[in-house]
Amino acid sequence: MKVLVPVKRVIDYNVKVRVKADGSGVDLANVKMSMNPFDEIAVEEAIRMKEAGKVDEIVVVSIGIEKSQETLRTALAMGADRAILVNAADDVHTDIEPLAVAKLLKAVIAEENPGLVLCGKQAIDNDMNATGQMLSALLGWSQATFASEINVDGDSATVTREVDGGLQTIKVKMPAIVTVDLRLNEPRYASLPNIMKAKKKPLDTKTAADLGVDVAPRLSVVKTTEPAERAAGVKVADVAELVAKLKDEAGVI
Amino acid sequence: MAQNTPELARAKPPAMIWEDAFLIEDQLTEEERMIRDAARAYCQDKLQPRVTEANRNEVFHREIMTEMGALGLLGSTIPEELGGVGANYVSYGLVAREVERVDSGYRSAMSVQSSLVMHPIFAYGTDEQRQKYLPKLASGEWVGCFGLTEPDHGSDPGGMLTRAKQVDGGYSISGAKNWITNSPIADVFVVWAKSDAHDGAIKGFVLEKGIKGLNAPKIEGKFSLRASTTGMIQMDEVFVPEENLLPNVSGLAGPFGCLNRARYGIAWGAMGAAEFCWHAARDYTLERKQFGKPLAQTQLIQKKLADMQTEISLGLQGCLRLGRLFDEHRAPAELISLMKRNNCGKALDIARVSRDMHGGNGVSDEYGVIRHVMNLEAVNTYEGTHDVHALILGRAQTGLQAFM
Repeated sequence: MKVLVPVKRVIDYNVKVRVKADGSGVDLANVKMSMNPFDEIAVEEAIRMKEAGKVDEIVVVSIGIEKSQETLRTALAMGADRAILVNAADDVHTDIEPLAVAKLLKAVIAEENPGLVLCGKQAIDNDMNATGQMLSALLGWSQATFASEINVDGDSATVTREVDGGLQTIKVKMPAIVTVDLRLNEPRYASLPNIMKAKKKPLDTKTAADLGVDVAPRLSVVKTTEPAERAAGVKVADVAELVAKLKDEAGVI
Repeated sequence: MAQNTPELARAKPPAMIWEDAFLIEDQLTEEERMIRDAARAYCQDKLQPRVTEANRNEVFHREIMTEMGALGLLGSTIPEELGGVGANYVSYGLVAREVERVDSGYRSAMSVQSSLVMHPIFAYGTDEQRQKYLPKLASGEWVGCFGLTEPDHGSDPGGMLTRAKQVDGGYSISGAKNWITNSPIADVFVVWAKSDAHDGAIKGFVLEKGIKGLNAPKIEGKFSLRASTTGMIQMDEVFVPEENLLPNVSGLAGPFGCLNRARYGIAWGAMGAAEFCWHAARDYTLERKQFGKPLAQTQLIQKKLADMQTEISLGLQGCLRLGRLFDEHRAPAELISLMKRNNCGKALDIARVSRDMHGGNGVSDEYGVIRHVMNLEAVNTYEGTHDVHALILGRAQTGLQAFM
């Protein structure tokens, strides 16, 4: 079976995010970028399936600016076999919306014919949580979201999902789109020998136009704001005052 | 480069990225950045959480060598077919910086294995020696150490007393080596001795743990590099077979070839430790309020932060240039001395000032800064002291040697 793993280049999770002066989004100029952590988990899961003999080939695909190549190289260094870059923007600030991403992935899938698509449940930049679901709808494939355990067995897969207040186990027909959650696995580090080998692995480049998909935005960002600063606390004189404040002002007891 | 136009000439220049003034990031290749990121992720996730306890209790976690080996951090410049990675020297420097951002002791363990043990076997050894030792040293299955310094001969290694006498089938080595990183846990010892059979020239020998007459006791009570193990090598008529002589070098060129590589890594590493102390000082003084405002809003603190930023920016840019020269096989030993001396001295100053800026908290090991101060005292001293490197630079520009 071939597995396709879409990976997104996003602002690094360690970076303190700054909003652009005009409020149109987040400033990404000269900011450290890396692979979306949920996508890293998806790549790791695909590699583990390959190591277990259930997968023959892992193809990673990224949609974005040319620099997304670096994210693909990281996935290749972790253990993916082949990469496809869909060049769909020139400026790092151009956001390609989930629907356009899903359409582009559908076009890639038509060429690649994978048996399974593993993707992160969401990207940590826009937190849309939509691409996997949209892709499943466009393809008419089964979907299993928020996976914390995946077992593929022949023409079906058993997936444990992290839902509010517990776990839900479902069985889906293959081919399927599975979006992965945080607790599925702990991704490996790319080792130096594998980083060197990744240079020699194939990386094909296509454009959105090649795949016949219009990536023009359909959503407009009205405003982006920084989170409100935490207000200073107050000191209470005694327990009675604390209880009174919790009761009357905070309304929590 | 864009051609100059009036519009460009009056355009507002971009703001400086405070932590990367020279945009080192831009000057690295994709592969170098990936190697750096892999090293940083490992160091921050796996080494940083262990270091405070390791330093407090003076223990080196042996498994760190195996972990580093699995990632390819040991002997990364050695070709792939011998267990290395075939990475360039810039990448090696970037890894040293990431490891030493956590602790100089960990970087020492890695440098010794890579530059002082694997390099001489690769450069001066036989094919059999390369095949036998390098893959196991690269994986961390074996730990190596390097014996040059003696109890009475530090800056003056040419005065060493360790002797190799020719005996039937090989050599008999007697002598003592001191301040040897990794020696108490070493499987492989690269030892330098004056060899009677080679007209008293300094020759390198590969010794293995467990041979009769070889002991490597641990040095207790160090106040520096406590998270790495340091010991002696005591040799009492140790028999070393002929095939364990490193045949392809003679004289001090052998050990100095190794030390040049290690010193280059130290120049990068010291900047990693300095960056930790600088960022810690910036964070602390931004958070800490006295007299109603952040400490960082005072001129005294800002002057110190500016000095740190200046020295670290220049030091890193110098390292990168030196690394590029290394990769082109045209790095002069004197330039390595210049960068090792400058970066260790500056890193030690930065660590001490950062300790000061942390006030009383600076002496607590939980802030990490005092540990770097203690470590950098050794880093400024080992592999050529700050002063001895000055003599190398003095000799290079006057033609007069002032060592004695």
